[in-house]
Amino acid sequence: MTTNAKTLYDKLWQSHIVDVQEDGNCLIYIDRQIIHEVTSPQAFESLRAAGRTLAHPEAMLAVPDHNVPTSADRATAINAEDSQIQLDTLERNCKDFKVDYIPMMDARQGIVHIVGPEQGFTLPGMTIVCGDSHTSTHGAFGALAFGIGTSEVEHVMATQTLVLHKLKNMRVDVDGEVGKGVTAKDIALAIIGKIGTAGGTGHVIEFTGSAIRNLSMEGRMTLCNMSIEAGARSGIIAPDQTTFDYVMGRPQSPKGAAFEQAVAYWKTLPTDQGALYDKEIFLRGEDIVPQVTWGTSPENVLPITGIVPNPDDVTDKDRKIAMQRALDYMGLTAGQKLQDVKIDRVFVGSCTNGRIEDIRAVADVVRGKKVHDNVTAWVVPGSGLVKLQAEEEGLDKILRDAGFDWREPGCSMCLAMNADKLEPFERCASTSNRNFEGRQGQKGRTHLMSPAMAAAAAVTGHLTDVREL
Amino acid sequence: MDKFTRLSAIAAPLPMANIDTDMIIPQQYLKTIKRTGLGVSAFSNIRYHDDGSEREDFILNKPAYRKAEILIAGENFGCGSSREHAPWALKDFGLKCIIAPSFADIFYGNCFKNGLLPIKLPQETIDLLLDDASRGANAIITVDLENQEISGPDGGKVSFEIDPYRKHCLLNGLDDIGLTLEKKDKIKDFEAQKRLSQPWLFKD
Repeated sequence: MTTNAKTLYDKLWQSHIVDVQEDGNCLIYIDRQIIHEVTSPQAFESLRAAGRTLAHPEAMLAVPDHNVPTSADRATAINAEDSQIQLDTLERNCKDFKVDYIPMMDARQGIVHIVGPEQGFTLPGMTIVCGDSHTSTHGAFGALAFGIGTSEVEHVMATQTLVLHKLKNMRVDVDGEVGKGVTAKDIALAIIGKIGTAGGTGHVIEFTGSAIRNLSMEGRMTLCNMSIEAGARSGIIAPDQTTFDYVMGRPQSPKGAAFEQAVAYWKTLPTDQGALYDKEIFLRGEDIVPQVTWGTSPENVLPITGIVPNPDDVTDKDRKIAMQRALDYMGLTAGQKLQDVKIDRVFVGSCTNGRIEDIRAVADVVRGKKVHDNVTAWVVPGSGLVKLQAEEEGLDKILRDAGFDWREPGCSMCLAMNADKLEPFERCASTSNRNFEGRQGQKGRTHLMSPAMAAAAAVTGHLTDVREL
Repeated sequence: MDKFTRLSAIAAPLPMANIDTDMIIPQQYLKTIKRTGLGVSAFSNIRYHDDGSEREDFILNKPAYRKAEILIAGENFGCGSSREHAPWALKDFGLKCIIAPSFADIFYGNCFKNGLLPIKLPQETIDLLLDDASRGANAIITVDLENQEISGPDGGKVSFEIDPYRKHCLLNGLDDIGLTLEKKDKIKDFEAQKRLSQPWLFKD
């Protein structure tokens, strides 16, 4: 082992150091910032109050996503007044500060973490931030991408930098081949089940191994998206040919000789042989079965073949209480088979699973079948371009024929900041990222799973092992 | 930003693990374009009944803790979203210091930007402080940032670790954007170099 060997994270970090402070913190250059309507207004307000300007408006991209209606009549739909104020404020701020803004009715509009990669705004080797914890998604490209608070949004706006301390290197290796019906979402949930929601705290997780390399860019984005649910602000995957093929030809990606020059650089980014990680976790692809959450934290996850766990089996007092609280909230009984749990709603979408591959997976499962009578099922494409692509492939017809509601792009029911939400005690098979209490609507009950698993549940009306459908 | 130097206050025990940002400030309150006024909505799902009345079993609703300025919580406090509305809501509610065995990274950083001090301590120490805090208004806890020390009501002292830069900014109530802008020339030099080595990154 050589001491000079560097990890992907080490290289991303070192190539962005503007200044090393005496206290060890570094001033880190930020290549790109994405903004949306919820976490940016206060940053613009303070910027104005201090008489400051944007350091690089051209390095920013703005898209409204959290608050937008996803109904077909979205152009004229009456939005809640406070939502509309946030949307109008974003538009006005972008106009005033000359930030590239994709309006709601533009075909490219969608969830920020889906739009960035689609537009080629996200590139390998970059530092990318956004006032949204799922910014980790962009790590799929071998970019150092992480969520920040509004004060940091403002700091980047004003200076194009952040003061940061270097995090530790963690490697999560998934080698081998995953079985049929097992997706990137199942890999992500299995990892969180193993290390817990604080397992990656203080670390950047690099995902390695053949099961990761074999994922498409869509799958890699799903996995990196969920790294924050494992506590890691960033999850990264080394760029390779799959990455370059995805990036090539995107509206904002480099073209021609510049692309070749960029690829040559991007090829230097993967972790050097012999580089050391502070923490390493190993999983086998073959061991991962479709996953589903039973509680109110993403770490409350089990194989679909499992049963609802019993708090009496836990010795730690606080954990026992937390587990009982989760079961009470979810309306589940210890010992109950997960596959017997009946559902009311299905939500396919979000920055975790709102991409074309996800919609194809749902269509594959429900083709020629019907959504169960007791279930209301939605597919919310992650962007207008995903929606168009799906419609070109005829997927919307398959979904509509099966009884799905085919909606307009946005964050929708992932966080219920818009009209899309669960009613109290409604139970949802959801492809989103968080099953926290109240996340999808007050007293709503969320079971996280892959798009294929959500589709299977839509058809049967209960949590279902998609491999057996 | 408000300074944080020394605080003597009532500490409320909330020894729950994984208190997430959705619990601290639910999504329906994020539709504001201001930083203030969120205190009334802090912890709303566990603080209020459906009809808006207060739940008696929520610690900060109990008479002994209504004036608490320190919260002692379980591990992984602030996990979930990056919403700075979480520290804004806690601050607006009147809390100035959160003590827990561990914090989620984004939330932890956000606290410092708002004059809210997050302190990490080992679970054994937390257990002792929880014990102190269970005595309500009879147990004032003092947090001294300068000396990185917490004193319990019985005179016991524990020290805590904190990043020196963050400590400096908190003690002096500094605006770190102002500090960074002092390095404008270094940033310009870095950009100039980067334009040469990675020209595809620059659009202007």
